Amino acid sequence: MIYNEPSPLEVKVISQRFTLPNSAAIDTYLATDGYLAVKKALGMTPEAIIDEMKASNLRGRGGAGFPTGMKWSFVPRKTDKPRYIICNSDESEPGTCKDRLLMENDPHQLLEGMMIAGWTVGSNKGYVFIRGEYRYLIDIVDRAIAEAYERGFLGKNVFGSGWDFDIYTHTGAGAYECGEESALLESLEGKRGIPRLKPPFPAVVGAWQSPTLLNNCETFSAVPAILRMGGPAYAELGTPKNGGTRLFCISGHVNKPGVYELPLGFNLLRMIDEVCGGMRNGKKLKAVIPGGSSSPVLKAQECDVPMDFDSMAKLKTMAGSGGVVVLDEDTDIVQLAMRTMKFYQHESCGWCIPCREGTTWLKKILDRFHEGDGRSEDIPLIGELARNMLGRTFCALGDAAAMPTIGFIEKFRDEFEAHLLKTQDPQSPELIVL
Amino acid sequence: MTFSPALEEKFARILTIYPPGRQRSAVVPMLLYAQDEIGHVSQEVIDEIAHRVGIAPMQVDEVIGYYSMLHRKPLGKYHVQVCTNICCLLVGGQSLLEHASKTLGIGNKQVTADGLFSLEEVECMGACSWAPAIQVNYDFHHKVTPERLDRLIEDIRKAQGTKQVS
Amino acid sequence: MPVEIDVTTVYIEDRPYPMDPEQNLLHQCLSAGFNLPYFCWHPALGSVGACRQCAVKQFKDEHDKHGRIVMACMTPASDGTRISIKDSEAAAFRAGIIEGMMLNHPHDCPVCDEGGECHLQDMTVMTGHDYRRYRFEKRTFRNQYLGPFLNHEMNRCIQCYRCVRFYREYAGGADFNSFALRNLVYFGRDKDGVLENEFAGNLVEVCPTGVFTDATLKRHYTRKWDLEFSPSICTQCSLGCNISIGKRYDTLRRVVNRYNGEVNGYFLCDRGRFGYEFVNSERRIRQSRLRTEAIGPDAAKRHLRDLVASNPGVIGIGSPRASLESNFALRALVGPDRFYAGIPSSELELLRLMLDILRSGPAGTPSLREVESSDAVLVLGEDVMNVAPRMALSLRQSVRQQPIEIAKRLHVALWQDHGVREVLQDAKGPFFIATSSATRLDDIATECCRGAPDDVARVGYAIARALHSSSPEPQDLADNQRAFVESVTNAFKMAKRPLVISGASYRNIGIIRAAANVSRVLPGATLSFITPECNSFGLAFLTGTSLEAAIKAKPTAAIVIENDLYRRLPAPEVDSFFSQCAHVVVLDHLENRTTTRAELVLSTATFAEADGTLVNNECRAQRFFGVFPPSETIRQSWQWLGEWENLDRVIADMSGGVPGLSGIAQAAPSAAFRMSGAKVPREPHRWSGRTAVLANITVDEPKPPVDLNSPLSFSMEGNPDQPPAALIPFFWSPGWNSAQATNKFQEEIAGPLRGGDPGVRLIEAGQGEGIPMASRAAESDEDARLSAPNRDRQGADAFNGALFASVPSAFQPRENEWLIIPLFHIFGSDELSRAAPAVAQLFPDPYLALNADDAAKFGAEASVMGRNLPVRVTPGLPQGVAGLPSGLPPLEGIMLPAWSGISRI
Repeated sequence: MIYNEPSPLEVKVISQRFTLPNSAAIDTYLATDGYLAVKKALGMTPEAIIDEMKASNLRGRGGAGFPTGMKWSFVPRKTDKPRYIICNSDESEPGTCKDRLLMENDPHQLLEGMMIAGWTVGSNKGYVFIRGEYRYLIDIVDRAIAEAYERGFLGKNVFGSGWDFDIYTHTGAGAYECGEESALLESLEGKRGIPRLKPPFPAVVGAWQSPTLLNNCETFSAVPAILRMGGPAYAELGTPKNGGTRLFCISGHVNKPGVYELPLGFNLLRMIDEVCGGMRNGKKLKAVIPGGSSSPVLKAQECDVPMDFDSMAKLKTMAGSGGVVVLDEDTDIVQLAMRTMKFYQHESCGWCIPCREGTTWLKKILDRFHEGDGRSEDIPLIGELARNMLGRTFCALGDAAAMPTIGFIEKFRDEFEAHLLKTQDPQSPELIVL
Repeated sequence: MTFSPALEEKFARILTIYPPGRQRSAVVPMLLYAQDEIGHVSQEVIDEIAHRVGIAPMQVDEVIGYYSMLHRKPLGKYHVQVCTNICCLLVGGQSLLEHASKTLGIGNKQVTADGLFSLEEVECMGACSWAPAIQVNYDFHHKVTPERLDRLIEDIRKAQGTKQVS
Repeated sequence: MPVEIDVTTVYIEDRPYPMDPEQNLLHQCLSAGFNLPYFCWHPALGSVGACRQCAVKQFKDEHDKHGRIVMACMTPASDGTRISIKDSEAAAFRAGIIEGMMLNHPHDCPVCDEGGECHLQDMTVMTGHDYRRYRFEKRTFRNQYLGPFLNHEMNRCIQCYRCVRFYREYAGGADFNSFALRNLVYFGRDKDGVLENEFAGNLVEVCPTGVFTDATLKRHYTRKWDLEFSPSICTQCSLGCNISIGKRYDTLRRVVNRYNGEVNGYFLCDRGRFGYEFVNSERRIRQSRLRTEAIGPDAAKRHLRDLVASNPGVIGIGSPRASLESNFALRALVGPDRFYAGIPSSELELLRLMLDILRSGPAGTPSLREVESSDAVLVLGEDVMNVAPRMALSLRQSVRQQPIEIAKRLHVALWQDHGVREVLQDAKGPFFIATSSATRLDDIATECCRGAPDDVARVGYAIARALHSSSPEPQDLADNQRAFVESVTNAFKMAKRPLVISGASYRNIGIIRAAANVSRVLPGATLSFITPECNSFGLAFLTGTSLEAAIKAKPTAAIVIENDLYRRLPAPEVDSFFSQCAHVVVLDHLENRTTTRAELVLSTATFAEADGTLVNNECRAQRFFGVFPPSETIRQSWQWLGEWENLDRVIADMSGGVPGLSGIAQAAPSAAFRMSGAKVPREPHRWSGRTAVLANITVDEPKPPVDLNSPLSFSMEGNPDQPPAALIPFFWSPGWNSAQATNKFQEEIAGPLRGGDPGVRLIEAGQGEGIPMASRAAESDEDARLSAPNRDRQGADAFNGALFASVPSAFQPRENEWLIIPLFHIFGSDELSRAAPAVAQLFPDPYLALNADDAAKFGAEASVMGRNLPVRVTPGLPQGVAGLPSGLPPLEGIMLPAWSGISRI
């Protein structure tokens, strides 16, 4: 099922089956080129597959944008240890709701992607780590796995290759931090999701002490198409170094929010105006959070920009997980900053001091600003506390909390100043529209 | 203790999917599924699961403290979770929470006297493009308005045949 | 030939420093003497990057002016690294970290037990954080009852995770954890209760602030700066852990760890840390007495002199818990021929055999540091945790040695604690235990083998045999024994630093001989014997005549020093000895049954009031110094017994007169030692009340007491420089008031103390006549260099410099009798800690240990050796074997092992 109308501007590669009836069924999948890619892969050497992946310029869709082919090449193949394929479907970056659709509407595409990865790195076991809230998706993916076993696509001797591959689902239980790959591994091992130190990297010592390949759900889902169309053709869809398409999750003050598959490098303003039918209620665009809640905000005048990893980096923000949050002129930035920090404070694991204490303190300060009781000395303090987290915490959660905060305070300082020591600002627009 | 036959079957299967000697990996799924059946993670559940996966109850307790979906205290039969994270906030999530609180007559993380409902303000649940969203137990509800929320609660109450708690 | 780089150059503030590339920058900066604040890092626990306190600025090269902030503890000291500690951005960040901790840390320093020796205070001052900008409420926690040793005050917690890392990962505890998350992380038990781990007391020093503080200190609290300290040696087992003891007024206030890189390192066991309170006991003998009448010291000494003069046959009975000097003084007074060891022959013979074995080599006896680095361990017949607890902690680290090679292969730096633990997970190196019942180290053992003591010996022999064909072969081993032998043998063949641990606990000579054989046929092996008491080996150096021989001599007069003979032999034998002995003199510090039999009791110093030398289980002679000023009424045994001018004179006489003890003078500098003309002060320079402490008696400031026996003064005056390692009364350095000041006293962090770790080893491997090292290849029967089983004379298995040959026969259970073996308790088996209230709370009640089958037969209570005792099911006890707690009143005089019937009640 899909929850929003498709847009004619979409380039449907990984979402091509979303609108088909019974899209999750194996027969639907088989009727639309399903499981051709893995058959092709089984006739290729791992090196050739990795070359194809490198040529596709596919970059990790989880948020970091690391080149996928390169990641695959890191997994040692000369080892007597088992190797594991793990799909990160612990989708939890605020603003992001794409993995849900991929698993709900095309689970076999994901399984096939994992199988190709498994064959490439010599693994015999894959796990789909699905966030606890997505209970219904566990059933859907389990059903797809069962179908694949029934047809003999999973299990012993996959497609007569002599290679065995099993896939299982595993549920999380509510923790943003577990989206970070090493924390996810801890969680998978039945522990608190405290991130691990690196090195060793998961590719060498991952799940259960063994080499492990971890990719985002959308990343794996793109793999069958890449093998079918060839790496260069997939790369062509995007911009140089930013291959292919991705699912943009557009939310906020637009007329038609939704999840749309668009080529990398698609212009942000066109996304708002042409894909999403423009701003809601005819309001003016104030800002955009371009890649999930941890990406620094872009002001309206910065929004005429191609949406890809490198262009976002140039603007000192991130393409991240593809969660595009559109803010209209009435948006209360202070409230947004407060709510963002409340989230990171809630998700801070408590391991390192700058994040644990920084998010707590910042939340309290931003709360006070939101209540119109801000203190002028706290404006520089917000920046100082955030910068003490930036790049200095144990894991990236500190960065994720710091970056948007610094963005808000630098780009909308005047709004914070407007919240100084007064209980009510008559000019302040009502943010919440019912 | 034993669980329902269906859950026992599920547990038996879960314990086989991890590498040998790594049954601890099953602890989070087992806790969540046991909670689904029993309503919360009781001490009995902790001891039982600890025993089954071969770790100390305290290590299970430690795990529970980390995951927001695991609850040591009983929840309502219908656990209403309202997202107020940014995408929902922008389109009314916060006032939806306040509305839910008024309608149910309980605050955040409280349970109605009849045990039918509990309310929780939750973080992003992955419905950002169809906000504001809530989950009642595991069911997603998208683009929820206060009116739709009231109807939903009313329907549940009717189905349960219970009186409205003021 | 490739050049191995083992020293690199790291530039700090643009100046070059040689550093160890295998280490991290924090470790190396501290080693180089820099002050860099830290919390989560601990020299024994490694780096985990949690607190972010040790941030420094790192630069790409000399042209990089921008740099970036890195955590020193997470950055290797690789060649050419350029960092700045002073950099203003790094300094501001470090202050910001402290500010973060201070959001919730209460401002209760004046009422906090940690105040004045708080690492958090020190680091706060070091970073310069001094102004509070946080204007919100602090979070609060509920505290827990954790037992008689520790206070818990969670509101002070800065969540550095050291406690849980020490308790769970380092010490293997299971009943303590971190709970919850974000700013609510809680460290404690799942509910109130006594912490189960035997090393929990180390949290006092591991915790950088006042969350875990010493509950025994709290009952007679004094600030560190107001304590008077001495370097001392723990007397509560044979390992000789170095301790720093602190007193004020007339009370011994506490014991803390005194770092000795070779012995105890950073940690003590809880018996050693909290057992000290017997010094303050109501049962102390504070005045000498003649029969029931208190007498002055001069009269007491006169009586002793007269008694010796009028009884030419007077004998002396020494003690394994008295110093070498006191034992020697007794020996000198009565003559070597009439000096008896004060322990039964069953124990003394084993001690002498152990010394012979160690002298002969070739296996050396390891220090605890070496125990820790062993990569395959066999324990034969010792419950290490309960007999020599600190060694058990070392063994917990030794099982990491072999797996750690995996981490090395993966290029995970060994200081990166969680990286290494991730790689290792549950992997443990070879560690084998053969005992008669379950032990507290079974959880880390590769395999355990249970059997009666003789069967433990047989297993040991079988291992030696499997390693070398010259060792005698035990016949008819059971299948489980064979499997165990095979596992041990395979592991030992692969090991680089194998270790055999054995001892006298079961009073079984076969076990010791078997251990010797294993160590002798295993190239590169070390052999560690655990002895029963703090100076067991020292006593064995002084005499070879047992307590039974003393009784047999039927003397008319006897002098007993620091020894309750009722703990050594059955009461009827001791009773009859005292009855037939016309004059009994007892020197001791606590009232016991022996003192009640004395005509003359001389009030004697405890370790806290005495100076002397103890020989630990590795034959390391270590000096301890008293912390109380000399007293007229309470004197050291050697002072009562002789006329030496000071301790050094006793040592001089002894080292000249007793073979093997010539080195003991080197254990510490003599009393004549001065630093720049001054003695080493026992008091911190902030010690308060010097002029007021006696103001209710006199307003004149008294002259500090004179200490003739040591180069330490009872004063705050003296040379503030670092004294020689054996003389460090307490660790303190400007800006470092907590135990972390140890950093400043080491040659490098976690390395030896400057000038070398204290103590002198009296035996080094191979000094005696040993056998050549067996080569693994030459395991043929023709290899005649080893062993000659027929060399045994008169059927006795005399040690002949080669291999022991007489294998005991297999244990045969009897029809209606059980072999009762001693079972040991860290809290309960020791004599003196009984008088320490906190430790006494954890004593078990006397019980009879039976295996499950026997227990089912007898029910809840049974009668053994004339006593009705509750039955406790004890896992591992073989058929036909039962156990009684060793040393636990009223069972303390029973000679075990012994055969006895058990009957139903």
